Amino acid sequence: MTKKQLQIGVLALQGDFERHEHQLSLVGAYPVQVRLPSDLDQLDGLIIPGGESTTMNYLVDRYNLRSPLLAFGKARPIWGTCAGMIMLAKNIEDNLSGVEPFGLIDIDIVRNGYGRQVFSFTDKVEATLNGSLAVLDATFIRAPRVTRAGSGVTVLAHYRNSPVLVAQGRVMASSFHSELENDTRVLEYFLKQFVAP
Amino acid sequence: MVDFSDKQHRVKIGLAEMLKGGVIMDVINADQAKLAEQSGAAAVMALERVPSDIRADGGVARMADPDVIEGIKKIVTIPVMAKCRIGHFAEAQVLESLEVDFIDESEVLTPADYKNHVDKWSFKVPFVCGCRNLGEALRRISEGAAMIRTKGEAGTGDVSEAVKHLREIGTAMKALTVTPEDELYTTAKEHRVPIDLVRMVAKTGMLPVPNFAAGGIATPADAALCMFLGAEAVFVGSGIFKSDNPEKRAKAIVAATTHYKDAGIVADASRGLGEAMKGIQVDSIPDEELLHTR
Repeated sequence: MTKKQLQIGVLALQGDFERHEHQLSLVGAYPVQVRLPSDLDQLDGLIIPGGESTTMNYLVDRYNLRSPLLAFGKARPIWGTCAGMIMLAKNIEDNLSGVEPFGLIDIDIVRNGYGRQVFSFTDKVEATLNGSLAVLDATFIRAPRVTRAGSGVTVLAHYRNSPVLVAQGRVMASSFHSELENDTRVLEYFLKQFVAP
Repeated sequence: MVDFSDKQHRVKIGLAEMLKGGVIMDVINADQAKLAEQSGAAAVMALERVPSDIRADGGVARMADPDVIEGIKKIVTIPVMAKCRIGHFAEAQVLESLEVDFIDESEVLTPADYKNHVDKWSFKVPFVCGCRNLGEALRRISEGAAMIRTKGEAGTGDVSEAVKHLREIGTAMKALTVTPEDELYTTAKEHRVPIDLVRMVAKTGMLPVPNFAAGGIATPADAALCMFLGAEAVFVGSGIFKSDNPEKRAKAIVAATTHYKDAGIVADASRGLGEAMKGIQVDSIPDEELLHTR
């Protein structure tokens, strides 16, 4: 008997969803672009990519994705990177643009918390994955900074005293873009830990 | 040297990656910027006049007033881009000091240097440059551009030049994938670009940086057409704020860019938008007034 191939959705409203799709195919999962509620039906998990959360927020509401995504997040695993982390957060500080986050993970964030693009950077981040230490190349692009993580949240990696990779229940969020690297360890962790334990 | 493992360069291309599937809208003040953000723009381009007004007014078009740019930066959380004249590295330095998120070294403004473009490797802020064909695209990439867009013919509302440029680049990239290795040297010579860049395209059939469309996009279906032809996102200049109902049109173009393969959604987005910008047919423009030949 062959192992069932995991079907992982990538919210494809806007952003670097193709980078996530590429990583998914590298690890043998089947990527599915999600633009409408019906695209969520057969999925084992979902990734919300980097991009602009205001754009995603607008398209989520225009095409009636809000309640299906909330229901999905309560029953099945979701991972959000950068803008995806913003969408999953409980609270956005200084929320000028009116993004309504899903509140699926108990963190507060501040947008562009490491500064504008001229301050975007890559650096090494030490993460605890499956009980062992992994040193990751992490790219932060106008990244959100986590300003509070609730007591139910597991912090898997810190950078400059802020959590940058967090998880709670079946929900994982990262402020950096592991999908921009040729390194699938964070994705593999998400799949192994939350999607197909 | 075109070094794609350079950390700074990867961070620059990273922002371009984040803008994919989005719409970048020209705005001339904070109110327009706010409206663009609320309508789902992935970024705004801050400038003093939209291209159709630059075309109508004539004269020399330059970088926007820093106050205009600062005003826009303050009001939105999405990335703010701004234009500098071709080759005007001092304007680019000013824009970098204002911490704009992307600089468009743009033919829409009057060129400052008809021989040289800005050396974009020496900046921390990423650059986007326009092009009409693969050679131009690769020359701009070799100068350090982190994103390429078609030139199209800005300020016309006529999408035909953007279509021509997208098709030309697409066809040339496809051709390279089946070009024998020993002929790539000649291709590099013809395009006046480093051989390693030509090899990269030959191997992948794609540009090594994101490839967006710009110039003359005025309707949701225009945006969808560009996406079908290989654009990874679209810039809309005069098309939004020179139309009857900018908010509705902005939202419609955002929807059509995301759902470009779904004709039903594009149809729906196209309903009741009011008049598009009036537009000028590119054929009717005298050669000396064309922007894409700059």
